[in-house]
Amino acid sequence: MDLSGHNLSAKRIVSMSELSVADIDLILDTAKAMKGISEREVKKAPTLRGRTVINCFMEPSTRTRTSFEISGKRLSADVINISGSGSSLTKGESIKDMMENLEAMKPDLLVIRSAHSGVPLQVAGWIDCPIVSAGDGRNEHPTQSLLDLMTIKETKGKLSGLNISIIGDILNSRVARSNLTAMKTVGCNVTVCGPATLLPRKIEKFADQVTTCRETAVKDADVIMTLRIQRERIGQAKFPSLREYSKHFGLNLKVMEKARKDVLLLHPGPINRGVEISPEVADGPWSSILEQVTNGVAVRMAILYLMTGGVRQN
Amino acid sequence: MSELLIKGGRVIDPSNGINGIFDLLLIDGLVVQVAEDMKSETATVIDATGKWVTPGLIDIHTHLREPGYEYKETIATGSMAAVAGGFTSIACMANTNPVNDNAEVTRLIIETAKREAVANIYVIGAVTKGLNGKQLADIGDMKEAGIVALSDDGKCVGALSVMRSAMEYAGMFGLPIIEHAEDPGLSLGTVMNEGFTSLKLGLPGNPTASEEVIVSRDAVLAGYLDVHIHIAHVSSKGAVRAIREAKERGVRITAEAAPHHFSITDETCDNFNTMAKVAPPLRTDEDVAAIREGLADGTIDCIATDHAPHAVNEKELEFELAAFGISGLETAVPLSLALAREGVMSEEKLIETMTCAPAGIIGIDRGTLSEGAVADVTIIDPNSEWTVDPENFASKGRNTPFAGWRVKGRAVMTIVKGKIVYEC
Amino acid sequence: MASSDLTGDPQGVDSATPVILTATKISQIITRISHEVVERNRDLENLAIIGVITRGAVLANRISAELKKIADIDIPTGSVDTSLYRDDYHRKGPVTEVKDTDIPFALESKTILLVDDVLFTGRTVNAAIRNIFDLGRPKSIQLAVLIDRGHRELPIRPDYCGKNVPTQYVEKIRVRFQESDGTEMVLSGLGEQPAEGEA
Repeated sequence: MDLSGHNLSAKRIVSMSELSVADIDLILDTAKAMKGISEREVKKAPTLRGRTVINCFMEPSTRTRTSFEISGKRLSADVINISGSGSSLTKGESIKDMMENLEAMKPDLLVIRSAHSGVPLQVAGWIDCPIVSAGDGRNEHPTQSLLDLMTIKETKGKLSGLNISIIGDILNSRVARSNLTAMKTVGCNVTVCGPATLLPRKIEKFADQVTTCRETAVKDADVIMTLRIQRERIGQAKFPSLREYSKHFGLNLKVMEKARKDVLLLHPGPINRGVEISPEVADGPWSSILEQVTNGVAVRMAILYLMTGGVRQN
Repeated sequence: MSELLIKGGRVIDPSNGINGIFDLLLIDGLVVQVAEDMKSETATVIDATGKWVTPGLIDIHTHLREPGYEYKETIATGSMAAVAGGFTSIACMANTNPVNDNAEVTRLIIETAKREAVANIYVIGAVTKGLNGKQLADIGDMKEAGIVALSDDGKCVGALSVMRSAMEYAGMFGLPIIEHAEDPGLSLGTVMNEGFTSLKLGLPGNPTASEEVIVSRDAVLAGYLDVHIHIAHVSSKGAVRAIREAKERGVRITAEAAPHHFSITDETCDNFNTMAKVAPPLRTDEDVAAIREGLADGTIDCIATDHAPHAVNEKELEFELAAFGISGLETAVPLSLALAREGVMSEEKLIETMTCAPAGIIGIDRGTLSEGAVADVTIIDPNSEWTVDPENFASKGRNTPFAGWRVKGRAVMTIVKGKIVYEC
Repeated sequence: MASSDLTGDPQGVDSATPVILTATKISQIITRISHEVVERNRDLENLAIIGVITRGAVLANRISAELKKIADIDIPTGSVDTSLYRDDYHRKGPVTEVKDTDIPFALESKTILLVDDVLFTGRTVNAAIRNIFDLGRPKSIQLAVLIDRGHRELPIRPDYCGKNVPTQYVEKIRVRFQESDGTEMVLSGLGEQPAEGEA
């Protein structure tokens, strides 16, 4: 008796390009119900009892790892965290060997974070265990994109037709990449904005508008998303200084005057206060930055619920 | 006395303007005659009806990995891959371990080749010591030991002042410098072509400008010094244009293109396919078209495989960490024959780019069926259809993006110095 | 979820699907059960109603409204979703949509009237009770159902029952309410083998 009308079509979540509108709707609707569990006194449901989730983080991460861990635990899964930086090659073991070893321990789901683009997809080609990406290199960060969509939908009541502006280091951002794909899927109109050095070539094929003018990006936006700026880009000669970046591309109160009154402000975190966003703006009435974190747990619970159920093959 | 009489094949020998049905007689490792309806009581007769009979194919750009990386390839296995692919002569690059930057290593390679190789092995020496881009390698010594060209291939000679010295110094010995044209700064950290696919995959992209600026720079310098510069594995439209313009100015510049660069594009990297990771990177349709045009009009002089074998575990890695390179010797013939079949160039012109043209670039007396020439011969069945299966490669390197491709044309017999070394 | 089957034709009334309850009869049952609730619970102030999503929640609201009429009292009413507490998740996976559990009152020391449309194996009621206990500790739980069709697999019995309907295990009971289905009746018919855990 299939009451849901739609099951998640993907056996892996490694790219937002593999999720349909129906998949996204299902995840967001399920996440809405999951959010209730986080608001209870006893923040736990027995659903995934006996299921094992391995969080394999090959790149340092605090928030995403914690969020995945809490998500699994709130649904009573056994959650194991494996961390290490760089490639397993440093130990003389290839990534493929490592993943085959993890699979041999029979987890029900593998969450993978890597500093290198494409790893979750590659791993999905090597092993049968369901894979969820927790971010890979500059490529994708699908669960971040889903929590962004959830936060937007909660606030705006819809996704389709919204004007969304993403401002910052588009070149190096996996959050921007996943969101550009996902927002196109759900029918948003996306503008990207940043210094020319941080706007990748051919970006016009992904975004509806491309601009280097912050005010243009802010003007008609329903949602503004700023991205974290990393200090190391100065060494790569991408811009002269954090001060100059902040002056020309940061969001401050003066820039926000140009924005709609009901604009929603998002940031994937962690925030560099005073660089890409001024403290008054980060803490202002537009900001839903902490709500994003709460929704992150809900979205990841939804994904665990939708992906680990049923009789496992073999 | 060994005699081979190859009968009834279509002899294509661009060095002598021959293209027709002839017999070819080889005696004691030398070409005796190309003529109609020859008879011999003593010769072993080979029926080549329906086949092409060409001078042994020449590949001036291979990596044989010995010494130092014998797990990837050896001179023996590399030479077997060569003859299986129809090549009778190959030149090997200097990025071994130790680097071939001195006469000892050169002699080691030459002696190993004499002992173990089934094909003719020509040796390329490094331009700079340890490929460091700073001090000149022992170029004079290596010339004495037998090298035919110089290259830091795998790395670009970045500093202009070093390149100038190298050109002047190599010029004294009549050695061409083969440039791996990628600006070290622009290509730093990049793993594929910069474009739509690199953006989609979130991989650091290598701009075509990185190749074009080095080609242009080298052309200016070679013209100024009046020396021979050879551009390896041309990958981009801009580089083709820069070479064409330099040739028009009278610069002594030659160039090669690799089959993968005129057969597939950066879209092959999709799904993080590390088999398509190569330097310089696979580019776009526009670049493929420009390379084909360059080969057709002579801007690009020859085809060279850039055979770069790697072990399986060096490709089954994160894309950004996987090794660059394609095992190319055993797929070059069908991929190149496609150019003639698709009308990009005539069959004679195609064979020229794989025989006398590359021979001329490194100055070796091969690539011809002239009377008295060394009897290196390749017999090609242009219509044989087969499926590329890396498991059947003679090379240790199974790294190819062409696995599973249904292709047409292959060498069915390879003869080195009058001896049949490969037959299928 | 209960026993209702969305894939059936809500208007489909033929010999194979006899009507067990008409709209009028359903209305009478709700009135009767409400009176029984009042009789049994002298302290109505301490009562709260929780319906099992989807049609149990509809029924809960009906009973709540009826109690308002009878006793002039606003009984706090909520709904519970059992998806995350199903005992067949490990066999069948997420086959139902997870809905918001909405219980806008404290459970502590309350007498809970748990409401579902059809009582079958008892597994759904068990899931609902487990969910409720994760949310708080009520004083007691009573169970009201519209139809008890037998085939219990757990020691669960209704405190209030609209109608006992002896059924074959493979039979389907289809409850239709105006609020959820646009029509009002209860049908029965032979269908496919119902899955375990189905009410």
